[in-house]
Amino acid sequence: MSESNGTPRIGVYVCHCGTNIAATIDVFAAQVAAESMPGVTISREYKYMCSDPGQEIIKEDIRELGLDRVVVASCSPCLHEETFRNAIADGGINPYYFQMVNIREHASWVHKDKAAATEKAVDLIRAAVRRVRLHEPLEARRVPIEPKVMVVGAGIAGIHAALTMANAGKHVYLVEREPSIGGHMAMFDKTFPTLDCAACILTPKMTQVRAHPNIEIMTMSEVTEVDGFVGNYTVTVKHNPRYIIEEACVGCQECIDACVFRNGKTPDEFNLGLSKRKPIYMPFPQAVPQVVLIDPDGCIEFRTGKCKKTCVEVCADRNAIDFQQEVTFEDLNVGAIIIATGFKTFDATRVPRYGYGKFDGVYTALEIERLVNASGPTEGDIVMRDGRKPKSIGVIHCVGSRDKNTNEYCSRVCCMYSLKLSHLLREKTDAEIYEFYIDMRTPGKGFEEFYNRVEKEGVHFIRGKVADVYPEAGNTGKLVLQAEDTLAGMVRKIPVDMVVLATGLEPKDDAEDVRRTFNITCSGGGFFMERHPKLAPVSTFTDGVFLAGACQGPKDIPDTVAQAGAAAAEVLALVDAGFIELEPNTAFVVEEECSGCKTCVGLCPFHAIAYDNGKAHINEVLCKGCGTCVAACPSGVIRQNLFEDGEIFEEIVGVLTNA
Amino acid sequence: MTGYDYYPGCSLKGTGKPYEESLLAVFGALGVGLDELEDWNCCGATAYMAVDELKAVALATRNLALAERSGKDLVAPCNACWLVLNKTNHRLEDDESLQRTVCSALGATCTVPNTADKEPLTYTGTVNVRHPLDVLVNDVGVDAIAEKVTKPLEGLTVAPYYGCQIVRPLSPFDDQDNPVTMDKLLGATGCTVLEDYPFKTRCCGASQMMTMPDVGLDLVSMLLEDAVARGADVIAVACPLCQFNLEGYQPKVSNLLGEKVNVPILYFTQLIGMAMGIDHKTLGLQRSFVKVEPVLAGRSAHE
Repeated sequence: MSESNGTPRIGVYVCHCGTNIAATIDVFAAQVAAESMPGVTISREYKYMCSDPGQEIIKEDIRELGLDRVVVASCSPCLHEETFRNAIADGGINPYYFQMVNIREHASWVHKDKAAATEKAVDLIRAAVRRVRLHEPLEARRVPIEPKVMVVGAGIAGIHAALTMANAGKHVYLVEREPSIGGHMAMFDKTFPTLDCAACILTPKMTQVRAHPNIEIMTMSEVTEVDGFVGNYTVTVKHNPRYIIEEACVGCQECIDACVFRNGKTPDEFNLGLSKRKPIYMPFPQAVPQVVLIDPDGCIEFRTGKCKKTCVEVCADRNAIDFQQEVTFEDLNVGAIIIATGFKTFDATRVPRYGYGKFDGVYTALEIERLVNASGPTEGDIVMRDGRKPKSIGVIHCVGSRDKNTNEYCSRVCCMYSLKLSHLLREKTDAEIYEFYIDMRTPGKGFEEFYNRVEKEGVHFIRGKVADVYPEAGNTGKLVLQAEDTLAGMVRKIPVDMVVLATGLEPKDDAEDVRRTFNITCSGGGFFMERHPKLAPVSTFTDGVFLAGACQGPKDIPDTVAQAGAAAAEVLALVDAGFIELEPNTAFVVEEECSGCKTCVGLCPFHAIAYDNGKAHINEVLCKGCGTCVAACPSGVIRQNLFEDGEIFEEIVGVLTNA
Repeated sequence: MTGYDYYPGCSLKGTGKPYEESLLAVFGALGVGLDELEDWNCCGATAYMAVDELKAVALATRNLALAERSGKDLVAPCNACWLVLNKTNHRLEDDESLQRTVCSALGATCTVPNTADKEPLTYTGTVNVRHPLDVLVNDVGVDAIAEKVTKPLEGLTVAPYYGCQIVRPLSPFDDQDNPVTMDKLLGATGCTVLEDYPFKTRCCGASQMMTMPDVGLDLVSMLLEDAVARGADVIAVACPLCQFNLEGYQPKVSNLLGEKVNVPILYFTQLIGMAMGIDHKTLGLQRSFVKVEPVLAGRSAHE
C-alpha cells in the first residue's frame, strides 16, 4: 500500500476535450483546486489528454517528479481508460495506480450552469484523488486460448465464416441442425440484383466445405449446452440419428428407388410441401453431405417392424442403413463460437385477410422460389396447385413487416426479392404482374437500377397496402386484391390468378432457447443483439461468442457474407493472440472467514462462483467484476480488486467534503 | 336455465322492431327467458364514445349498474349497444380512477328504481354483456335449435353478414376474421349458407350513409352486388343499422349499378323463427321493404 512508501505523489490532469468539457467547466479553476488536494504533487490542464503529447506529459511527470499515482479527469473510462493505463505503464508505474474521472458525460454534457458543473467536477476529482491513494498494484492475468472454433448454423453465413477460419488454419466444427448444409440460400432460385443462380454460387462453397481438411461438418446436430468461458468453452453437441452410417453411404440413392413406397407420401420440407418425398430421401440434389436419411415417422420398418427392407437389400455390402442408430452427445472444446442460426419466414396464416392456407392460389415468396427453380417441384414450370398457369399475379409486400399487428420492423429483403420474383415470373409466364407496396426500399448496390429494369419489363406498381384478398364472385377462380392506390387516389380491385405474399423475416422459433444456451441477449424483435450497433456489430456481450447473418437481424446475402467475414476476423484476432488478458477487477473470497452460506452462488449472473468443501470459490476467469456477490455476502468476506471498501468510502468522503 | 336480462336499446323499439319481435319469439319458443331491464337508457352509441368518453362511459354504466342487481348475463342484440357496453366494461376494468369517477357520478345522480329509501346506484363491474349469437350458439346450442325446426328453409341460399362491431376490436365469442356463429345457426335452419361470402365483416357504411352518402352507398352496393352474384336469396344480419342500410338503399344501389337489386335483408332471428314455424307476423316480416314471401314462393316453384 502506498502509505508504506511514505506520502503518495499524485498527478492530476484535467482535459479540455476541445470545447466538449472546457465550454461548460472552468478547467483552469478545477486544475487549481486540485493543486491543494491532499497528496497531489502536480496538477495540470491540457486540451486533449488522450493525444500523444497529452500522454507524453503524464509519462514525463512520472519520470521527472516521481509520481506514483495518476488521476485523469476527462471522458468515460469506456473510451480511454485503456489509453491512460498504457501510458502510465509506459511511464514506469503499475497501470492500476490510476483513476479516471468522467467530467464529460457526467458533468459538461449534462449540465448548463458552469459554476455548478465546475463544482461537481472538482468534487469528482477530489473523490478520485482520495481513492487512488489506496490503490494496490494489480496484474492482468493471462489465460491460454483453445485454437479450435465452432460455427453454429451452416447457411451461407456459417459456411462463409467456417471457410474463412479454416483457410486461416483453424480447425472448425460446423454444426447444422438440418440433414444438409446450405440453409435458406440453397432454396433460392436466383439472387438479386445480379440474377446469379443461387445454386451456382453456393454449391461450390458447400463442396469446398465438405472437402476442407480443417472443417468438421456435423449435420443433424444441435448445441445443447455451453460451459466455460472465452477461449475455453466446452460445448455439448447432440447428434440426432440419420439412420444411415454417414461414412458408409456413397450417395448412390439406389435405396430411394428401392423403397417399398412407389411414390412419395410425405410433404417435402425442401420444397415447402409443394412436392412429396419418400421416407428415405436425399434432402435436395446438391446436399452436403451427399448422404440420404430416413424419416422414422414415414418409414414402415419404424412404424410396424414388418417392412421388406428393400432399401437394405439394395445397399448390399455397403451396409449403410442402420435402424438402431440413437441420439448421441459429444463434448467439444473450442476457443470461440460464431452463431449463424439464421431466420424463419413469417407465417402467412397470421394475416388471415390474405387467405394463405385458405385459397389455393395464395403462395408465399419462398414457395415461389421453389416453383420457379429448375430443380423444384415443377422443374421450373409455373403451374399452380390447381394445375392452371397464372395469367395474372399480384404480389403483396410487407406481409409480417412494417405492421404493428405483427412485426414493426422492415425485413429489408422483401422489396428486392419481390422484384426478382416478378422478373422471373414474368419471364416464365408473361403474366400481368401487380406489385402492391408501401414504399419501395432499394438501398443497395445496383438495387434501384434493378427496380427500374423490372418496371420497364412491364410489371405494374401500385402504392398501397392490400386490405383484402377474396374470391371473385361467379366461380371465376380468380382472387380479388383490394387496395387503396395512394398515388391515383382511388380504391383498386384487381382480380388475379395467383397471389404472392412477400413474407418477412423473423427470429427462429427457438431463438430464445439458443439465446439462453449461449448466454447472449436479444433486441426488440427477438433477434440476437450485437455488443454495439456501430462499433461492435458482430460481437455479443459474452466474450468469445460472435454473430453472423440473419440471426442478428434481417439482411440480404451480401450483408450476411460481409458480416460472416467480420465475425471470422474477430475470432481469428482473438484466437491467434494465443492468450487472453483478463481485467483484474475481480472479486475474491477471504476463504478462512467464509461461512459457506451459498448466498453468493445463485446470485452470480456469470456462474463464476462454485461451492466446494464448505466454502465459496470465485473463478477469476469467469468473474466480470459486477460486485453483486460483494454486496450480498452477509459476512462481508467477499472483496473486489479496485473496489475495496476503503476505496469506496474514501471516494464517498471525497465527494461529500471539501477537504 | 335462469334466463337473461335484456337490453333492447333504442333501435329495437324503432327501426329494428322486427329484430325485437323475432328475438323474443325465438327465445320464447326455446324456453329461454329475457327480462327487459327496467328504466334502461340510451347506450350512447359509438358517436358519444368518440366525442366525450367519460360521459359516454357514465351513461352506459348506468345500464350495467341496473343489470348487475339481478346477477344474470345481459343480452344486447344491437351490435352497437353490445360493443359500447362491452367497451365500457373494459374501460372501467383498465382504469381504476375512471371507475371511481363514474361510480361517484352514478351514486350522486341515480337511484335504484322502485326503492323507497332511494338507494344510490353503483357498479362493481361483474355484468357479462352477451350477443344473442353467442347465447344461442354457446348456451342454448345449435342442436337444441335444430330440434325445434319444423319448416326447414331448404333451397334458400343465405349470405351471413355480421357487420363490423361484433368482431372489432373485441371478438370474445367468435373468430375476428372469419366469424361462424351465424353460419352455424343458419345451418340449423336447413338453408344453404354462403360460407365463402367474403364481405361478412365489411363495413355497411353505418352513419356515413347520412354524412357521406357516396361512400356509404359504394360500400353497401359492394355487399349487395357480391352476395347476389354468389346466388344469395336473402342476406342475414345481426344489427339494426346494417339491416337498415342494406335494405333501405336498394333502389339507389340499383341506380348506381344499373341493374335492379331486390334482396330481402332479414335478421337471423327471423330466419330461425321461420324455420321453427312461427308465423310471419309474429316475426315482424310484414315490416320488410323487400318481402321474403316472393322468394319463398319462387323456391317452392323450383321444387
